[in-house]
Amino acid sequence: MTENRTNIVLKTENLKIGYQKKHLQIVIASHINVEVKEGELVAVIGINGVGKSTFLRSISGVQNPLEGKIIINSEDKESISSEKLAELISLVLTEQPVSRNLGVAELVALGRQPYTNWIGSLSEGDRQKVRTALELVDIDPLKNKKCFELSDGQFQKVLIARALAQDTPIMILDEPTSHLDMYHKAQVLKLLKQLSVQTKKAVIFATHEINLALQLCDKIILMKEDGILQGTPNELIEKRAFESVFPADLIIFDPETRAFRIKT
Amino acid sequence: MQSTRKYTVSLLILLFLTVVIWFLNIGLGSVSIPFDEILAVIFSAENSKETWRYIIMDYRIPKAFTSVLAGSGLAVSGMLMQTMFRNPLAGPYVLGLSSGASLGVALVLMGASLFGGIAGAVIFSSWGLVIASSVGSLLVLLAVMIASIRLKDTMAILIIGLMFASLSSAVVSVLAYFSPAAQLQQYVFWSYGSVGDLSWNELGVLSFFWLLGIGIAIFSIKNLNSLLLGEQYARSLGMNIRKNRALLIISTSFLAGSITAFAGPIAFVGLAVPHLIRQVIPVNDHRILLPAVILGGAILMLLCDIVAQLPGSEHTLPINAITSLVGAPVVIWLLVRKRKFLF
Repeated sequence: MTENRTNIVLKTENLKIGYQKKHLQIVIASHINVEVKEGELVAVIGINGVGKSTFLRSISGVQNPLEGKIIINSEDKESISSEKLAELISLVLTEQPVSRNLGVAELVALGRQPYTNWIGSLSEGDRQKVRTALELVDIDPLKNKKCFELSDGQFQKVLIARALAQDTPIMILDEPTSHLDMYHKAQVLKLLKQLSVQTKKAVIFATHEINLALQLCDKIILMKEDGILQGTPNELIEKRAFESVFPADLIIFDPETRAFRIKT
Repeated sequence: MQSTRKYTVSLLILLFLTVVIWFLNIGLGSVSIPFDEILAVIFSAENSKETWRYIIMDYRIPKAFTSVLAGSGLAVSGMLMQTMFRNPLAGPYVLGLSSGASLGVALVLMGASLFGGIAGAVIFSSWGLVIASSVGSLLVLLAVMIASIRLKDTMAILIIGLMFASLSSAVVSVLAYFSPAAQLQQYVFWSYGSVGDLSWNELGVLSFFWLLGIGIAIFSIKNLNSLLLGEQYARSLGMNIRKNRALLIISTSFLAGSITAFAGPIAFVGLAVPHLIRQVIPVNDHRILLPAVILGGAILMLLCDIVAQLPGSEHTLPINAITSLVGAPVVIWLLVRKRKFLF
């Protein structure tokens, strides 16, 4: 039991997320109690607008939660400086105005920013981390290319390599598979699985690929209008938790095949 | 952010070019002075012809230094804005900072007579002019910044800049309408832009603001590199967005404001130089880009000034016209080029 507790890298206690507009509180989701251990691959799943992104933004520090606690490495996030947080959580975001003129190696090296000196010079150790990240994601042959020369799938891998170079115990990805075809979706999720096993990082990602997530993830955080559930894919299937993710008029969950299918 | 060393050679070449063109700038003018005489005046106390000495020490050298400060300062403020807004078309002139600064200057030059002589005399000093001009550009930049937070659209920011430009020129027109002819003329001449009217004292004031702005930019190099990924990534890398954005805004408006106060609204240098430099040295790392842009700005401005002097003739063209002739094609080329927003 005690050993388990040290493994927990991220924990939320009664977290309430949403937006504060002057005196008006817009609550997106509340009573979020989840735990993520090191080396776990965790998918955050839910219908559009249920608050997946808000949840990820809240735990990654982009946005402040309305209430509740976020505990990272058994330390309250409130007391962690943004510099220190950059050594604990790395992000992979979509649709950011990332300069596509950057070289691949250059972009990945930016992941070392929290560790470099005032002007950002890379030490030999930093360079090694960048090389390792490029190898782990298997994009070493691309390292001398410019980002605008890459396909969407390749660019997504570069962004993942950048997060790896940041060398944090937690990696958070917001819909890393959107815009990709089915093959590359599977490829990116496989990569995340492999990274979580090899690097012992907790990898948390939001996705709409429920079918793929059920096959690969150690844990699923299921966000629904009426509350948040977490558990292994099997636990959640047994609880029949997926049946009510979407309105039942079009698609239904089939526990036999562990997949959604169109209602006939 | 690797192998910065291979760019050191390019930087040294740029530095060498700057020095050469600086001497060329001093050597050419409406009065032709032999080059060895120029060197003699600069490097030895020996008196050559008194008029030549006067022309070089009190006119051409301050003018060359002003060109260096104005060109490099505007180019750096353009680079800062392009990185900050993640917008390749950002620059102090395009986003209306120069117009804001013009409004500040117009209020000082022409408003002084409207608001009474004593107040006018108090604010009409080189410091007053710089401060009014910097405040003008700061206000416009803040407004554009707020707009850019609300509207994520590249074009919307440019249109806002354009609107501020026409707003302030409208106010200037109203001021001009009520101003006596002498002040109006003073403003009109100022608005043509000139790097040749600065005394050594004024050059000192300009240098102060230049050092301040460039100093902030140097200390922001690491954060500027983070910003190449966009603000959310920059924050996740530990950058304090709010604080650093404020610093960058101060740096940008001091540079654009002080230069506009002394040299008039100079178009396009801020926008064009960072792009021209990226064509010569394909680099995004601000550790290389910043010094390269400083030198590139100085070179372009010195060259434009040489052309504006029309060497050998008695006429001088407004420097603003020359920089526009260079800069406007760059903007058109940027817009027409296919990968226009890859920068």
